Amino acid sequence: MMSKKLNKSDISPVLRLLILAGIGILIIVTLFPFYWVIRTSLTMNSRIYVDAGKLLPPSPTFINYRRVLGLVDATTSVALGGTGQAVNFLVNLKNSFIVAVGVTVFSTLFSAMAAYAFSRLHFPGRDKFFYLILAAMMVPGVVMMIPNFVFVRQLGLLNSYAGVMAPAFIMTPYAVFFLRQFFLGVNKEIEEAAYLDGAGLYQTFFIIILPLMQTALVTLAVTTFINTWNDYMWPLIVGKKNEIRTLTVALGVFRSQTPQGQPDWSGLTAGTVLAIIPALAIYSVFGKKIVNSVQFSGFR
Amino acid sequence: MKTNKYALKRNLIAFSFVVPCLTGFAAFYMLPTLRGLWYSFTDWDLFNKAHFIGVQNYIRLFQDKDFWTAMKVTVLYVLLNIPAQTILAVLIALVMNKAAHNGFISGILLTPWIMSNVVVGLLWLWMLDSSVGIVNVLLRFIGMKGIDFLTSTSAVLPSIAMINIWRNMGYTGLLVFAGLQSVPKEIEEAAVIDGAGPVRKLFSVVLPYIRPVMAFVLITTVIGSFQIYDTIAVTTRGGPVTATYVIYLFIYKNGFESYKMGYSSAAAMVLFAILVCISAVQMKIMKGNESD
Repeated sequence: MMSKKLNKSDISPVLRLLILAGIGILIIVTLFPFYWVIRTSLTMNSRIYVDAGKLLPPSPTFINYRRVLGLVDATTSVALGGTGQAVNFLVNLKNSFIVAVGVTVFSTLFSAMAAYAFSRLHFPGRDKFFYLILAAMMVPGVVMMIPNFVFVRQLGLLNSYAGVMAPAFIMTPYAVFFLRQFFLGVNKEIEEAAYLDGAGLYQTFFIIILPLMQTALVTLAVTTFINTWNDYMWPLIVGKKNEIRTLTVALGVFRSQTPQGQPDWSGLTAGTVLAIIPALAIYSVFGKKIVNSVQFSGFR
Repeated sequence: MKTNKYALKRNLIAFSFVVPCLTGFAAFYMLPTLRGLWYSFTDWDLFNKAHFIGVQNYIRLFQDKDFWTAMKVTVLYVLLNIPAQTILAVLIALVMNKAAHNGFISGILLTPWIMSNVVVGLLWLWMLDSSVGIVNVLLRFIGMKGIDFLTSTSAVLPSIAMINIWRNMGYTGLLVFAGLQSVPKEIEEAAVIDGAGPVRKLFSVVLPYIRPVMAFVLITTVIGSFQIYDTIAVTTRGGPVTATYVIYLFIYKNGFESYKMGYSSAAAMVLFAILVCISAVQMKIMKGNESD
């Protein structure tokens, strides 16, 4: 893209060396914690203290993963430094997936429809509604947390996927705002041509506009997925039962148990890695789109 | 007449595009905000009937020592977090601008930011553990005394700030970097011709030029910083003593542990008001730039 190669003429070699060293340090500082948590997740609890400073996992093993995925019986689990309570992050992984996919699909669709209407179509009160939505971006989540909890409770949706998904399921103000910016840039003539050919608004939208907006939609969908995947406070108060708990909430619970006066480090790090993998997988595929969308907000 | 009917139909179809969105918005954003405001004037406890009690919640709030502790801790945290993070972000952006227009490096630096605060909190809970955490192992290895990063009242808040700086510096760095891209080459060159050194150029040409971006960066990071919760919830849970008892924790505890819904909502409203004021200041800074 906007690549400008390291320009030898305008930087002195010393400065260049300093910059390279700076980048090196930054990368190490950024990546080392990830390495270290993976390394620990492959280490037995019994070796954690003795081999605290060993850079490589001492006698690497997958037993911690088997343990937190509920594949090991309680006695063995206790012997390996667990609490012996049933831990099955597989359930929580599944929950996180259901919630994140559900929110991503529906909120992206409904937000796209709304963003299209706010940027292109005409109906009374259009701009007033849009500014109202914009204004809602200023309201901190915690203000709506209690009333939303009460509402979801009144609907009888506590401890259900529907309850965990509810607030972001249809739309988020950010999604509408983000997509509207892109819809504003779509060439009007394309739509008008479709419209003159007798296509209705819905046809125009689904057949012409959505495919055109693929990049923006994918970027938003990826961001929405990651945000929902990462969410903690809302699923914590609405999905307390283990069958509904998302992985972040389950990790919080797991962390608060301290079988030997200390957290079960091996199990905790294995669970943490399980939470990292999906986010990282998606990021490695769509990373460029995310980097670009961050830069997009920096250009504003 | 016919065109009117046609226009009405088109309007209706157009409106149908926003119906789901407006329903969701009303149900989960607008009404909750208004309901939250209403709760803040009641004594509601989730189970009994709510009574209107005027501004009593707010009065009690301002007399509540816990509330002031939470405010103090939160503001202190923001002050520890934001300046360091912003300076680091500018440095990262400058380095990227000079040497590394490299998507791959940006991608790596952004990785912590896409992780949940829970994950980041747990990573560092383990790294910073007093006895077996690798950071203390290394400190002792080079002959220094270990530090109780998360268990001593004096070190804990800077440690939490450090954790969040680690998570966000790549993100804010990238935002500033994007801003730097918008600085026209001619302006920079003109400054060099006028004899400005690199530091002078940065402070009197580049940074003023990207003031809107800096304002945007500061506002998002400050607002985010005031709302810290997840990281603390999985690491120190407010402690040791009250050293990390931030405002979100105060609101959470009053609401979801003591079921003082009215009182908790009042605290949320106060936080809202503070954040609105901060945003207003930002708007002013951005306006200031337009008249230049």
